[in-house]
Amino acid sequence: MATIRKKRKKVEVFAQGNEAIAEGALLAGCSFFGGYPITPSTEIMEIMSQRLPGSEDGVFIQMEDEIASMGAIIGASLAGRKAMTATSGPGFSLMQEHIGYACMVEAPLVVVNVMRGGPSTGLPTSPAQGDVQMARWGTHGDHSIIVLSASTVQECLEMTVVAFNMAEKYRTPVVLLVDEVTAHTREKITIPHAEDLEILSRVVPSVPPEWFKPYAEATRAVPAMAPIGSGYRTHVTGLTHDTMGFPTSRPDEVNDAMKRLFRKIDQFYGDIMMVDEFMCEDAEVAVVAYGSVARSAHYAVEQARERGVKAGLLTLKTLYPFARPAVEKLCRKCRHVLVPEMNMGQISREVKRVNNGLTRVRTLNRVDGQIITPSEILKAIL
Amino acid sequence: MANKKKGQTQVCVYPDWCKGCGICVAFCPSKVLELSALGKAEPVREEDCINCGFCELHCPDFAISIRPREIGAACPTFPSGPPSNGEAC
Amino acid sequence: MADVTQLIHDYLRHNKKFPHVFCPGCGHGIVLGSLIRSVHALQLPKDDVVIVAGIGCSGRMAVYVDFNTVHTTHGRALTFATGIKMANPRLKVICVMGDGDALSIGGNHLIHAARRNIGITALVLNNMIYGMTGGQCSPATPQGNNTMTTPNGSLEQPFDTVELVSAAGANYVARGTSFHAQQLDRLITDAIQHPGFSVVEALSPCPTQYGRKNKFKGAVPMYEWLKKNTVKLENRKENDPRIPVGVFRNLDRPGLEERYADLKAQIRAKGQGR
Repeated sequence: MATIRKKRKKVEVFAQGNEAIAEGALLAGCSFFGGYPITPSTEIMEIMSQRLPGSEDGVFIQMEDEIASMGAIIGASLAGRKAMTATSGPGFSLMQEHIGYACMVEAPLVVVNVMRGGPSTGLPTSPAQGDVQMARWGTHGDHSIIVLSASTVQECLEMTVVAFNMAEKYRTPVVLLVDEVTAHTREKITIPHAEDLEILSRVVPSVPPEWFKPYAEATRAVPAMAPIGSGYRTHVTGLTHDTMGFPTSRPDEVNDAMKRLFRKIDQFYGDIMMVDEFMCEDAEVAVVAYGSVARSAHYAVEQARERGVKAGLLTLKTLYPFARPAVEKLCRKCRHVLVPEMNMGQISREVKRVNNGLTRVRTLNRVDGQIITPSEILKAIL
Repeated sequence: MANKKKGQTQVCVYPDWCKGCGICVAFCPSKVLELSALGKAEPVREEDCINCGFCELHCPDFAISIRPREIGAACPTFPSGPPSNGEAC
Repeated sequence: MADVTQLIHDYLRHNKKFPHVFCPGCGHGIVLGSLIRSVHALQLPKDDVVIVAGIGCSGRMAVYVDFNTVHTTHGRALTFATGIKMANPRLKVICVMGDGDALSIGGNHLIHAARRNIGITALVLNNMIYGMTGGQCSPATPQGNNTMTTPNGSLEQPFDTVELVSAAGANYVARGTSFHAQQLDRLITDAIQHPGFSVVEALSPCPTQYGRKNKFKGAVPMYEWLKKNTVKLENRKENDPRIPVGVFRNLDRPGLEERYADLKAQIRAKGQGR
């Protein structure tokens, strides 16, 4: 039976990064948003407050603080919803407690952090990339987490969909880091049709309730998830738990549970790790960048090529787990690797760790609330 | 609480769950229960029980069960049978 | 009366370690019994009941009952409950918190849940102390009482849970004690079926931590104290120093989830969505 696909009209809009994130979330099936206003991420919340109440089963709630926002979306996630929140640096600090809880109980959800200058209240309307290491290590205790980033408005939309898919596939919180420039830049984007996208949803148990082990070892190390109220009366706890979900401190059970939390992300490294390579094949000088800096770097690399310098750009779309193979490849063949970032060197730490003496890693840092311009990067390349 | 006549009830204490807090012993209006040498509540004057239900409602450990007296019937073993609606947990 | 204990056993997870973790004479077990009897009296299906608990002694309650149970972080139980209730308003969400949990670290969440008037039942088990961490002063410790962190007597005034949540806007506010178990049964039953945010504060003695430091010789004197120092609200005369128990506030305003459903219906009727 052949079905003729109607050629859909392209939907092109002029939008800012925050709008694109909201659009991406709705496309990915997000039906619950809990948040607290904070510049420069507030537009995401505003759009969700307009769109969700009008949608089929969408819920929007403004909570009393960021701790509560995270609590509410974890609750909604446990009740079977695709849930998200959006915040910025100070709010992200408050969310760390519950990001740890979400890692422990394996609640799929998406946290968007539009990075602004810090620490503390810092520079509320200026860009920065200072929350990279916090996104990885912010919550207490050893844990594994997925951190993504976006460098254009189109990517904001796409990476939000990817974030939801990864959250659902791996039952884990996913952090999407965007910097203020990307979030507030307006440009033309294409909104894909929902049916053209691959949308993943969590696996629900197929066994009867009395056979169900909510945290058992499973294919892909990710167990099925029964929403609250579906007849599977499970216990969810932030205490280290056994395969049935009940608290345990038996070393063997704790070991199995903790190792699985790491393995479920680590073993799908290839699937999670997303990078864009630009002119890397014959590069002698490589730039490793992410977020809005990657756009400046892109232009700088083009300029360098015009001047006869074989430069290349590696854009990190997945920040954690860190894109070790791609970076290592560049370190092996390039004269030097340049890591420009709007912080005092957070991803460059990872690049240096991977480099391990192979080549020279140079950093280009800026923490004055201004973007890194192509000419600065070009100067560093030449 | 319909029947306040004495001697109609059997008082069962499950020693496995009793922590010997003494609430039932202190507040029983007929002084039916006493703490044993092992520190567990024990019905010593069962025939005085007026079936008020205080001990059953106030046992923090769900270790006391008051049931109608049947001649020669022993207290059931604990836990008191499988859940009655047949649902496993 | 014969089936009181039997019916509680029907709602317990028997494969969990029993007897439960609470100390001898701890009132939490009695409140747990009341909660189970209330759910049974309302004939709620186990699948539709969600127990959301915080951290502390009271938080341990969730693991023992055969409902949907969520053991959350310290003080934040109400935020999870808010998410669950809004995501699936059909569920009966009951939040079990201690006094430190609800009034101290979770004080903000408590007043905001009351302000929103969301359809959650909050059970505040007030033992006037932090029990699990070893008996430190809580925001409900009466002035002048000794604890591990106030060895010379507490200087601070305690919170009155009832007045706090009433002022914040809860629909149903009641206080009971674990000595008056039958009354507590009625209060919790009322609270669960009440629309909007309902709060029951249950005074629940802590013999191990609070009693030991405040000259109570064991559990029984603490229950005698509760008997002597509480008075039914309707029998209370002016200037009675005893703690009033009963229903303090009983309003019928619709809960947040109902108002949200109405909003959605309105938007749909107007055809505004999208």
